[in-house]
Amino acid sequence: MNLIVDILRAAIPAGTPLLLGTLGEIYVERSGILNLGVEGIMIMGAVTAFGVTTLTSNVWLGIFASTITGGMMALIHAFDCVTLKANQTLSGLALTMLGSGLSGLIGKRYIGMPLSSKLQNVPLKGLVNIPVIGPVLFDQDPLVYISYILAFLFWFFLFNTRFGITLRSVGESPEVADSAGINIPAIQYFAVFLGGIMSGLGGAYLSVAYAPVWIEGMTAGTGWIVLAITIFSLWRPERAILGSYLFGGVRVLQYRLQPLGISPNILNMMPFVFTILVLMIASREISKKRIGAPASLGVSYQREKTL
Amino acid sequence: MSKNIWVSFSVIVPGVLAIYLISGVRPDIIFKSIIVSAFGSIYGITETLTKSIPLMLCGIGLSAAFKSSIWNIGAEGQLLMGAVGATWIALYVIPNAPRLILLTVMFLSGAIFGALWAFVPAILKIKFNLNEIIISLMMNYIAIEFVNYLVYGPWRSPFEWGFPYSTKFPLNAQIPRFLDTRIHYPTLLLALFLAVFVHILLKRSKLGYEIKVIGENMEAAKYAGLNISRIIVVILLLSGGLAGLAGVGEVAGIHHRLRVASGISPGYGYTAIIVAWLGKLNPLLIIPVSLLFGGLLVGGDSIQVSLGLPGATINFINGLVLIFVMAQGFSNNRIFIKKGRNRV
Repeated sequence: MNLIVDILRAAIPAGTPLLLGTLGEIYVERSGILNLGVEGIMIMGAVTAFGVTTLTSNVWLGIFASTITGGMMALIHAFDCVTLKANQTLSGLALTMLGSGLSGLIGKRYIGMPLSSKLQNVPLKGLVNIPVIGPVLFDQDPLVYISYILAFLFWFFLFNTRFGITLRSVGESPEVADSAGINIPAIQYFAVFLGGIMSGLGGAYLSVAYAPVWIEGMTAGTGWIVLAITIFSLWRPERAILGSYLFGGVRVLQYRLQPLGISPNILNMMPFVFTILVLMIASREISKKRIGAPASLGVSYQREKTL
Repeated sequence: MSKNIWVSFSVIVPGVLAIYLISGVRPDIIFKSIIVSAFGSIYGITETLTKSIPLMLCGIGLSAAFKSSIWNIGAEGQLLMGAVGATWIALYVIPNAPRLILLTVMFLSGAIFGALWAFVPAILKIKFNLNEIIISLMMNYIAIEFVNYLVYGPWRSPFEWGFPYSTKFPLNAQIPRFLDTRIHYPTLLLALFLAVFVHILLKRSKLGYEIKVIGENMEAAKYAGLNISRIIVVILLLSGGLAGLAGVGEVAGIHHRLRVASGISPGYGYTAIIVAWLGKLNPLLIIPVSLLFGGLLVGGDSIQVSLGLPGATINFINGLVLIFVMAQGFSNNRIFIKKGRNRV
């Protein structure tokens, strides 16, 4: 029992960068844009948060700065896809390369440096005493609590507000949205920007809370797993919670199984093999329930020319 | 055209400025250092040529895939599995075979391993409607860990002073090199031959025509009665096989052993994506572009040593180039996405 609580408690921080990134990417894809640059944005968020925290000794300033960096990176993608109507796949890949290069360049001086102020655990009084749930959910750091609130807000706004309907209609049928007078580029810019903020935040979580160190390439595929969880979640924030913590759990198992003498390389494969399996399951579900990706995902919207 | 220049400048200028601000090294010194080390000496030129070989092989295969709008991002993993396939033959299957037979079987085995690695995203795309981008990427990470597992585990040589290396290949499993350079010329000749072959395949054959139709409009191709599934498999096997050949060249031509993944490939499979696009998905154009990027890799090593810049600088430049290419494509209306929707 204690072991299970232990694993679950560790799965939440391990899944938090995934959750933050996935919530953002759900909005991005709901608006019809595919952002394959998540990995690059996350790593830039990680290095920014680490750098600014080191400079200012204030971890919250570091976290805030990572959201700015993330948002800015994402705006490049929005400019490519919405304004230039360039190839979304290529733009995302370029962003990932750019991020991995730039973060290595910036982060060189931080390699091997301890972080001056890391995010500490803050047990929530009262709630933490609930058996099982208490220690698992409420003995975490503040950014985890913020991620709970964000998950709720992302769900609430997507399904219960006018903005949510607008966002979904843009991704589902831009022609209809356009004829209803919705400003499609504005919605898409906003969604991509928000996605960038969330990916930046996810990256920050890795470098100032989860690790907390700077290692070149420390996201190690996290951004790509975010893209997979976005599919697994069927573009629903509430399912993103499940998916993220599931992968968090896999990550925890990866460390817990190491002392048993299994090759660390084999264990490192686990999240990626698991991703493929989970996607296969999700795809079965998608075809059974006849739901799927936002219909215009990855296709740049162009108004029919009336010339 | 004016828009094209504007976009290019909006990318390149801040990019170069960023390198200067972060590293404190003047951009002109960086570029001079890259160009001189890659093209300024006989040694530099031979190294550039050596590093262009895997880029060429991967780039040719990727151009066929991208032409049909199949996003194989997995050349890196396919290359590594090709290296595994060659090592297996050279050390464990027929280590005592005569050179010609041994090398031929190694190349075949590498191509098959690479192709099988690409078969996974192919079959999952067909049977499960899964996006090949994510799957082929996951397969990269799995391949990296698999190679590292082999050299730290079952294939680790007891004779290498504890380094994570496999046993050295027997002499007959080593690809001959040109004089005292590292140019393993049989692989280079193979790459040049395949560039011509794939070019003709794309231009003249029925498959080439089908690739074009699918690339332009997947839905229309379906209505036209094309067997899309078969073509997806064929294209992914082809591009995976070519990347696998690149892996054979690296272990049998350069290292003469299997070693950790990052030692075999500094990201050839990813750089080849840019090579393919900059080469306009034309196998013949990919030859000179590969030389350019081979030079960039040589320069990247050099600025690490001489200027103390991190290796990641080259990734950054690569990213800039890709954005630049995309902006070009935008103004030429070449790399437009209008066609076929991205699947799940």
